Amino acid sequence: MTEKRTILSVEDLTVAFNMYRKGGFKKTDLEVIHQLSIDVKEGEIVAVVGSSGSGKSILAHSVLHILPKNAKVGGKITFDGKELDEKYCRELLGKDIAFIPQSVDYLDPLMHVDKQVIGVYGTKERQREVFNRYQLDERVDKLYPFQLSGGMARRVLISSAVMEHPKLIIADEPTPGLNVEMAMETLNHFRELADKGTAVLMITHDIDLAFEVADRIAVFYAGTVVEIAPTLDFIMGRGFLRHPYSMAFVDALPQKGFKPIDGKQPYAGDLPSGCLFADRCPLRDDACAGEIEMRDVRGGKVRCVHAT
Amino acid sequence: MNKRIKNAIFESVRMILLLIAVSIIAFLLIINSPIDPLTSYVGPESTLSQEAREEIAEHWGLYDTPAERFFSWVGNILKGDWGDSITYKRPVKDVISERFGYSFGLMACTWVISGVLGFIVGIICGMREGGWFDRLMKSFCLMVKSAPTFWIGLLFLVIFAVELKLFPIGMAVPLGKPASEVTFFDRLYHMALPVITLSVISMSDIMLYTRQKLIEIINSDFILYARARGENEKQIVMRHVMRNIALPAITVQFASFSELFGGMALAENVFSYPGIGTATTAAAINADVPLLLGIAVCSAVFVFAGNLMANILYGVFDPRIKEGVVTYEHTHAHSH
Repeated sequence: MTEKRTILSVEDLTVAFNMYRKGGFKKTDLEVIHQLSIDVKEGEIVAVVGSSGSGKSILAHSVLHILPKNAKVGGKITFDGKELDEKYCRELLGKDIAFIPQSVDYLDPLMHVDKQVIGVYGTKERQREVFNRYQLDERVDKLYPFQLSGGMARRVLISSAVMEHPKLIIADEPTPGLNVEMAMETLNHFRELADKGTAVLMITHDIDLAFEVADRIAVFYAGTVVEIAPTLDFIMGRGFLRHPYSMAFVDALPQKGFKPIDGKQPYAGDLPSGCLFADRCPLRDDACAGEIEMRDVRGGKVRCVHAT
Repeated sequence: MNKRIKNAIFESVRMILLLIAVSIIAFLLIINSPIDPLTSYVGPESTLSQEAREEIAEHWGLYDTPAERFFSWVGNILKGDWGDSITYKRPVKDVISERFGYSFGLMACTWVISGVLGFIVGIICGMREGGWFDRLMKSFCLMVKSAPTFWIGLLFLVIFAVELKLFPIGMAVPLGKPASEVTFFDRLYHMALPVITLSVISMSDIMLYTRQKLIEIINSDFILYARARGENEKQIVMRHVMRNIALPAITVQFASFSELFGGMALAENVFSYPGIGTATTAAAINADVPLLLGIAVCSAVFVFAGNLMANILYGVFDPRIKEGVVTYEHTHAHSH
């Protein structure tokens, strides 16, 4: 087997928002993503899982360079081996890099669906071709976003993404509001795209669905990725995982006994130094207070000094 | 289609109810005011005997109950008899149609200029929110909005007509020129300063509204998505922003008919412009009851027409209203 090309690589990404804090009159930087590293290879689906409010969407927006103006971004993002700065990103957006948003709210409410899917680069022929592929008949062309059903909306958004044969698709919560069948259908579309060579970064809070299609899963906690491992390790259970939070995450799943852990995720701006999970970790000792590097352990990556 | 007919019927009923309400209120206000229609008709220094006065009052029905008087007035209006204006010694209908003609030109120009200018400036300000131009225009609008209309009118009159002598000081046509020799340009020239004044005043509403709406739209999810799909600033404005702002902006502009009308009434007095505004003032000063009532009803129709057009336009252009009620709800927990 030949080594697959890395399409997206994010190294030590840090995102801070310059904003007013509660009770303050001066703007301060609120760091929401800390030294996050992740990579996606061609033909691979990497699922980023984590609970709501942990900043997963910001990761997507950073890669796409569509963060608000008050954001400060550090670290290095490369696309297909070349540094992805704002200018280069602008050239690629909508062509080599496609984004699939959370819901139909991301479509212009006053524009017909076909015109939106065509966007600024596509053609009518290509749009019809893609719609046929996703079983959207001609009547859908002239609908407005509010007239689409949940499943249709999802297929329309996927259509928009594949118009220009992207090398990388970033999907932000592609399944909420869908029933299990439709969610599976959506994910199968992703699998199919990946099998044709597209790199897919899928952000979700639904680990079950990630189990179904992802090749690797990245566990997101308090603004960083604490572990990236093959999906199989997650399915096999805690013994195969590396980070105590991933283990707790898996334990909390319904099919694994619904075991919750104490405490809550630290809020951005109120973070402990050293390991972000230390407060809730059963393995905590003095070593956890220092700088924690991402390490390779058993074919995965983990940000924990105790992982073996 | 059925829905649209239903809507049209509903709006017509509303119009009729409104007219009835306006007529009743205007009528009640007049008969309870200290105005004596007879005195204002014959003049305060009339030598008419007391018996003759009573005879006229009897003939006019001034001793009837208010309800009877109201219905006889409404009956005459419906028959096309609006009465005679005391001030102008002409039928009220003629006075109103002539005066409205002048005012209509004034208001139409103001409406278009303030609408187009306000919209464009609002978009520029919104796109550069917080920039020098935005701050300048915002302060300007707030200043204009807080100043009384007549004061701004006087200010403009002093600056542009008296000091700079760019425009005539008042009236709709040159003084002393025979009506047959008055050119279109003369009329335009006399209309310019009132139009500029009114435009500046009414522009601020639409500008502030457009600006606010633009900021709202530019921060919405679908603009974020458009960016993520590689659209540049210009494409975003042309494809999405314009489309989403134009409709509410036009609606606001139509709904501003009432303010336009009020502003015009004041400006006309400042510029001695012979429109419906000066006629209203003259009618009020001279206790000209038939003219006052006629103007009240006509201006109600005018303002209602503006609101009606705003409603209809929304139905015609917004697909969400045209093709049914907005039913979907998306309440996802956004993770940012």
